[in-house]
Amino acid sequence: MKYWRAPLDINEIPIVRGIVHIIADRCKGCGYCIEFCPREVLAFSKEFNKKGYHPPMVVSDGCLNCHYCEQLCPEFAIYTEEVPPVAGSPSP
Amino acid sequence: MAKAKQRVHPLEDLIRTERIPHIWCPGCGVGTVFSACLSAIKQTGIEYRKFTMVSGIGCSGRGAGYARLDSFHTTHGRAIPFATGIKMANPELNVIVFSGDGDLFAIGGNHFIHAARRNMDLTVICINNFIYGMTGGQVAATTPHNAQSATTPYGNPESPFNLPLLAIASGATYVARWTMIHTRDLTDTFAEAMAHRGFSFIEVLSPCPINYVRRNKVKLMDLVKKFQTHTIIRNDADPRDLDLDFEKGVVLGKFVDIDRPTADMLYEEIRRRRAG
Repeated sequence: MKYWRAPLDINEIPIVRGIVHIIADRCKGCGYCIEFCPREVLAFSKEFNKKGYHPPMVVSDGCLNCHYCEQLCPEFAIYTEEVPPVAGSPSP
Repeated sequence: MAKAKQRVHPLEDLIRTERIPHIWCPGCGVGTVFSACLSAIKQTGIEYRKFTMVSGIGCSGRGAGYARLDSFHTTHGRAIPFATGIKMANPELNVIVFSGDGDLFAIGGNHFIHAARRNMDLTVICINNFIYGMTGGQVAATTPHNAQSATTPYGNPESPFNLPLLAIASGATYVARWTMIHTRDLTDTFAEAMAHRGFSFIEVLSPCPINYVRRNKVKLMDLVKKFQTHTIIRNDADPRDLDLDFEKGVVLGKFVDIDRPTADMLYEEIRRRRAG
């Protein structure tokens, strides 16, 4: 994340990080998670799933565990989990 | 990816996984609204056996079949009468009616206004996709003016229903409107409506990617983005301003939240008075 100036408490506030889990065979390739991810973490993969759609894949480690992809997915095919925060880690 | 498959989605305990994948088309908003509804059930913290889901016929009518709850898939337009029966037989239950605009307002329109008048303690979720999606995209009571459909190839000459106004005028005690893209507000509103005693009505705008979006020559993502850019969130807005006009801006929010004795309470009171 880019800041116009570094916040004074940047080294004190732990930043929540998330990890994205994709259940590829449920995906129908609508692309909502890719289009509406506020951190642009996802993109279409080249592979096909068993129904012949291109499921999303994780292309950056910027996930902040906001759960928006999980809530938006009509297929119950994606969800995020929090990874334990590391105090003092600067935001990428 | 093989490792991710063994992990469990947070809503896995509320969906009938043996019936997934569901029939809804890629990009259909019904799945998102269904997921928000299940999240709301989880959010209320009430045990699952106190919930019942009833739906009518249509794409969104399939919802009841995918929820791992006691659920009913009823005849066309008759979701509210079934739900009324369930509620009167067992007032302890939280009855959710999950259905579409055609089922609730065209075929079942009369049932809706009378359940609202009686203030039946139901949570009615209406997914408005502007069209009869399952039967091939015919014009519905909620199709916007000038929109194309299978039966109005030159544009719809009629005006659509203003559903929140209809619900308020009929006597609903909780009325809200959101779109499928406002997932967080939608989940909170569903949870609030389930906790509310009385007739709660939530209209959810949702795209039909095949029969509405493609026929009207818009892109699915453009329509969904319009749900973000051409909507105004205004709680307690004047119900007459709630018509569906994306040029003017569609008003979203919670419009009514009042308390009024519910049908089962009033019935119980009469019964007790009669018994002495």
